[in-house]
Amino acid sequence: MKALSASRPPYLTISGLEKRFGGFTALTGIDLVIGEGEFVCFLGPSGCGKTTLLRAIAGLEPQTRGSIVQGGRDISRLPPSQRDYGIVFQSYALFPNLTAAENIAYGLVNRRMSRSAIDARVAELMTLIGMLGSGPKYPSQLSGGQQQRVALARALATSPGLLLLDEPLSALDARVRLRLRGEIKELQRRLGVTTIMVTHDQEEAISVADRIVVMDHGRIEQVGTPDEIYRQPASLFVAGFVGTMNFLPGRSIGPAGVRLGGVDLVVRRTTVAAGADCTVCARPEDFIVRNIGPETPNTFAATIGDTEFLGPVVRARLEAPALGDTPILADFSLNAVTDLDLLSGRAIRMALPEDRIRVFAGRSS
Amino acid sequence: MSAVAGGGERLAVDRDGWITRAAIVAIAALLFLALVAPLWSILSQSFEDRSGAFAGLANYARFFATPALSYSILNSVLVAGVTTLIVIPLAFVYAYALTRTMVPGKALLTGVALVPILAPSMLPAIALVYLFGNQGMIRGLLLGESIYGPIGIVIGEAFYCFPHALLILVTALSLADARLYEAAAALGTGRRRVFLTITLPSAKYGLVSASFVVFTLVVTDFGIPVVIGGRFNVLATDVYKQVMGQQNFQMGAVVAMLLIVPALASFVVDRLVQRRQVALLGARSVPLEPRAKPALDLAMLAFCAAVGTVILGILATAVFASLVKLWPYNLSLTLANYVFEDFDSDGWRSYWNSLRMAAYTAVCGTAVVFAGAYLVEKGKGFAAGRQVLHLIAMVPLAVPGLVLGLAYVFFFNAPGNPLGFLYGTMALLVVCTVAHFYTVAHLTATTALKQLDPEFETVSASLKVPFYRTFWRVTVPVCLPAIVNIAIYLFVNAMTTVSAIIFIYTAQTKLASVAIVNMNDSGAIAAAAAMAVLVTATSATVKLAEALLSRLLLWRTQAWRRR
Repeated sequence: MKALSASRPPYLTISGLEKRFGGFTALTGIDLVIGEGEFVCFLGPSGCGKTTLLRAIAGLEPQTRGSIVQGGRDISRLPPSQRDYGIVFQSYALFPNLTAAENIAYGLVNRRMSRSAIDARVAELMTLIGMLGSGPKYPSQLSGGQQQRVALARALATSPGLLLLDEPLSALDARVRLRLRGEIKELQRRLGVTTIMVTHDQEEAISVADRIVVMDHGRIEQVGTPDEIYRQPASLFVAGFVGTMNFLPGRSIGPAGVRLGGVDLVVRRTTVAAGADCTVCARPEDFIVRNIGPETPNTFAATIGDTEFLGPVVRARLEAPALGDTPILADFSLNAVTDLDLLSGRAIRMALPEDRIRVFAGRSS
Repeated sequence: MSAVAGGGERLAVDRDGWITRAAIVAIAALLFLALVAPLWSILSQSFEDRSGAFAGLANYARFFATPALSYSILNSVLVAGVTTLIVIPLAFVYAYALTRTMVPGKALLTGVALVPILAPSMLPAIALVYLFGNQGMIRGLLLGESIYGPIGIVIGEAFYCFPHALLILVTALSLADARLYEAAAALGTGRRRVFLTITLPSAKYGLVSASFVVFTLVVTDFGIPVVIGGRFNVLATDVYKQVMGQQNFQMGAVVAMLLIVPALASFVVDRLVQRRQVALLGARSVPLEPRAKPALDLAMLAFCAAVGTVILGILATAVFASLVKLWPYNLSLTLANYVFEDFDSDGWRSYWNSLRMAAYTAVCGTAVVFAGAYLVEKGKGFAAGRQVLHLIAMVPLAVPGLVLGLAYVFFFNAPGNPLGFLYGTMALLVVCTVAHFYTVAHLTATTALKQLDPEFETVSASLKVPFYRTFWRVTVPVCLPAIVNIAIYLFVNAMTTVSAIIFIYTAQTKLASVAIVNMNDSGAIAAAAAMAVLVTATSATVKLAEALLSRLLLWRTQAWRRR
């Protein structure tokens, strides 16, 4: 999966970027290479600096230090008008007194294109966003999702080298958001335009991005494919921010073992020094309840507590005294629930495969 | 890869950036010449003797040592204080009726209350002369007191200030949080207590602000005391007499500086109050919907009708007086008083001058004000320049018209000023009037611009569209209602104002408002009334035309507002 980024020629290179607002450091030590045609998401909690980074790339909030090179051109000190990007905001920022078609044509009219060429391009874009008949409508006559499609078409009309999306889906209701994010992904793939999307929604990032840049406190915590971010989080923060995670306090007992409560778990590898405090991370879906034999590693006994029906799976809260006092969340498929009669109060035996365990130094707060 | 760039957050300046900077500098320079420089020259003049040498506080000392002059301060404070005490309660009840009750005919009541804004301030004074003067129809009501003096000034000023106080109080009382009233009702609080603990406190900033505004308006108004003041001297007429009568420019400058004091205080208080008023109403507040209370509504209707009748009565008196042959002996109708050539050598020319001046002011003023507000609000970069421009735009609010007019005399008439060629021209009248009314227009534009999405400029920059194109294609059309509003505001004020331009008009550029003062001085009071009515009718027509036209125009150009 890592090969994905290496296989693309670099398009946007950010080095040593730092941004201060007075005494507050909004971004620091940002180094990032984005490949041509890649779809990258900046993901993080509010205030983590993801929007500031996007705005620095757009030239809207110039960085305090560091450089940005786009397509071989140093754009670090260029004003927005001399950079090459299209941008879509959460608020759409559609011109309210212009029709959808006029909004889309806005950047084309300035380019000495013939009227018919402009019309053709607008029609092409309207088709692309599936709104061919809506050209003469004003923004106030369109739904939120339609307005955002028009904003997207307007940003793409001039065929920019880079598409910047600043929380484009946050203002929409859940159903529209889901559909539109699929459309954005498909459109991006079809056009091959390098895209950066800022979002605080990890599910959104995982579903659309080629790579995710997880940020916190103005720093990049991890850059990786959604799979890497999900399965191999590089820090406790990433482990907790993306998806559901069990954090179990333990102690390292060597390069391949951790002691949790009264049980020693085998792990792939840990760099935590033997004897030091550590945190063992495991996702609810990583626990197994079937085919557990005497030779299965990392087995332990647990009692099923409250359960929560989530549709395809049942999430159970388990008491596993052997692993310590922290209750464990584990997901069971409906089949497993039926076959093994996994109901509240049942005592069961379960296991945690060693390749699913991540160990981090220190304790999660 | 290039070396890591060093500190600093400055981006290279593109073409848009240079144009923005040039425009900001140009407008700031314009305002500097039209406002700051003249004000500086009047300030320094007040510290100089007749030969132009620095004299320290000598002029001020002389002012306070002259009883006739220093009495004017007491007189000004007296009429302003009494007017404030009369107008504020009246305007408060009227505003309460409009915002918190279900009194019928609110639109009409609002319209009637705002009528005085359309009239030059001389109009109520002239009407009062007809009602209570030596030949007054109902002079008996004064029980032997003379209308010429404090009584006349106070009544006239009350008429003139009422709408200004009303507008502020309506705004203050509109900011009501229904939840507070519901909570009070749920706790079984009595009406009196609700009024004293919720309504009054929530409106207190509005009351403070309105009081200062009224006080300042009265102290700085020239039109009413000049017509009906008689031998009762106030600061505003003193400036005029010192400068125009006695050619004592230094003393005029001193009085002008004193006139700035209440205006400045009012300005500062207003700034402070506005900051608090905003905090008063949170985003979660629920707007208060008044409910029908037949007894209260009826009482309020009676009150508003009484106030409205007085306002319309004063206006009607002026209209009627302008149309009769010889008040009060021969009341047969005639248009003779409108043949201004018979009373004033300039005749109708001063009216046409006013019309031209108002039109130029509306057009040029709106263009400059809106462009300036746009640069302040939406310009990218050059934060210092934008800040300075915004600051200068606030200055006129603290400068009474008389002071500004006198400042123009000192600055533009000074020997050696390369801009001296402007003195006595129509252009200077326009510049002066735009500067005089700049702040309110600027704030109207700023408010409208703040409602636009802040990312419009970013989007157009990313699409490589120059900002002025977006300004013209998007910002201006979207803000059209506000722009029309500003133009009308400037037009009406240019039509009715007298205070600033009384110092800088010439024979060629005499205006209607000046003609009113002159004709009244020379005893042609019926013609003065006629001219005042004509000016009022013009403002009213423009205002009505705006209402009709904007409906029509907006329907055609603002189709995008419809869903």
